[in-house]
Amino acid sequence: MSRAMRPDGQPAFLDDYVAAGGYEGLGRALRELEPAAVTQAVSDSVLRGRGGAGYATGRKWSTMPLGRDAPRPKYVVCNGDEMEPGSFKDRFLLERNPHLVLEGMILAGFAVEADAGYVFLRAQYDQPLACVERALAEAYEHGYLGSDILGSGFSFDIYLHQSVGRYMCGEASAMLNALESQRPNPRARPPHMTGAGLYARPTVVNNVETFAAVPSIVRNGADWWKSLSMTDEGGTKIYGVAGRVVRPGCVELPMGTSMRELIEVHAGGMQPGYELRAVSPGGASTAFVKAEDIDVAMDFESMEKALSRLGTGTLVLLDDKTCPVGMTLNLLQFFAQESCGWCTPCREGLQWSVSLLGDIEQGCGRPEDLDVLQEHVWLMGSDKTFCDLAPGAMQPLEAALRLFRDDFVQHIEEGRCPYAPGDGSDAPAEEAAARPEATA
Amino acid sequence: MSLSDDERREIEAALPHYPDRRAAAATAMRIVQRRRRWLSDEVLADLGEYLGMSVEELDSLATFANMLFRRPVGRHIVLVCDSFACWSLGYAELRAAIQTQLGVGLGETTSDGRFTLLPIVCLGACDRGPALMVDADLYGPVAPPAVGAILEAYA
Repeated sequence: MSRAMRPDGQPAFLDDYVAAGGYEGLGRALRELEPAAVTQAVSDSVLRGRGGAGYATGRKWSTMPLGRDAPRPKYVVCNGDEMEPGSFKDRFLLERNPHLVLEGMILAGFAVEADAGYVFLRAQYDQPLACVERALAEAYEHGYLGSDILGSGFSFDIYLHQSVGRYMCGEASAMLNALESQRPNPRARPPHMTGAGLYARPTVVNNVETFAAVPSIVRNGADWWKSLSMTDEGGTKIYGVAGRVVRPGCVELPMGTSMRELIEVHAGGMQPGYELRAVSPGGASTAFVKAEDIDVAMDFESMEKALSRLGTGTLVLLDDKTCPVGMTLNLLQFFAQESCGWCTPCREGLQWSVSLLGDIEQGCGRPEDLDVLQEHVWLMGSDKTFCDLAPGAMQPLEAALRLFRDDFVQHIEEGRCPYAPGDGSDAPAEEAAARPEATA
Repeated sequence: MSLSDDERREIEAALPHYPDRRAAAATAMRIVQRRRRWLSDEVLADLGEYLGMSVEELDSLATFANMLFRRPVGRHIVLVCDSFACWSLGYAELRAAIQTQLGVGLGETTSDGRFTLLPIVCLGACDRGPALMVDADLYGPVAPPAVGAILEAYA
């Protein structure tokens, strides 16, 4: 996925991309393959969605209705909302290799016989937007997009849509509402999006990185893609490391690379004076992994065995100078703020969790607060809420209560935060009052 | 205060990307806000008429979206990231430096109308934390003493 990327860090536009074999997969598919064969190649590659949930991409595509009787138009939507704290890989792909994402979308469009695609970009992604805009113009100019692509008879358009903001928009069904300019609450399922998605038409929604994996699978074959991986889960992955390391950043590596290798080799290890305490492996909604357990392979199954999730695969490190209670409070403040308020457990429960965590961090927590927090982990668990926002919030909270129990107890017993004072965590009321979207 | 010709032209250009006018509402609000900085009641009413939507329908989206402003804001928007990555990398010090420099708190606008300071959760730049954005420009990692020079560039 990083093959066409320029060493100078500038975006790879059409010349760089084509020189690195770009659009060869598209050319091959349009010349030699039936649409269903493209989906088959993606299924054979065992590619799993890179947005965090890890659903099998080929299986998703294969549920799209094909043929002359299928409802039209059909859509392909690229989820580039990347707004979960601790996620920074889609920016890397969109800024450095925008054509790769477009080629993946066009191939998806061909595979599911779609008519149009949307790239949904988050509100703050102005730089990625500029890169994709230019790549789109080049792709149209050279016949990779529009009507009768490369003389094949297949026509496909891609439009850019920049979000007006809110984490909720990254939830795939809420994103479709956002694209329709409706309030982005998540939708009830069924119907599934491949049956009735955008404008109630069959729609495939995939993450930026998922589309980015498709061109090389089509060009080089599913077996080649699988052989790149260190485990049963095929291919490569864009990993990232942030925190007190020597070289933070993103890097493409074989799927299943160990967390230790990422931190110690590719990120150059911890900065002097800092020890690793724990790792948030793939965004705010993934459970912390303790420093002793970082030999885990970073793939979907291994991370589940480590009681966490691969998520986005971008690590945020908790070091020994940073308060784990404060970090958990910060995470829960985010989820409480971004709750759409649609269902009660999430709307009320997250606020309550923040209130308790805030008490503990500020030194006025009570021992029984820990039991109430533990109860919230259950109350907002899977299947008790309308969407996955609150269950996602419970993953770091559950892990924090399990892994940092001593820190919570110390806060309560000593009546203060034992880490550096003035750690910057805010009272949630102050944050809420500062948000200007509310009517004056 | 009806929509300007420029605004109409830009919205018209975006309409073919959507199957109907209503679906273009979010983009239309972005277009108008880019020119007027914020969305007044009057402009929402005009947009509603133009797109065939009620003000309430537009407002249900505008009040939910954190980057649509229903109150006046400054000429430049400063977003300081408070996600857990930036938080652990010096957000508190960065925010304090910005507040000192501007003399305003989160959610406030400088008295000269130049800057509005807002919290944002994650700029997708965790590997560059602590990060901030001024308008469309991303900065990171930002050491607190560098804040003055960054903001100076925005008149």
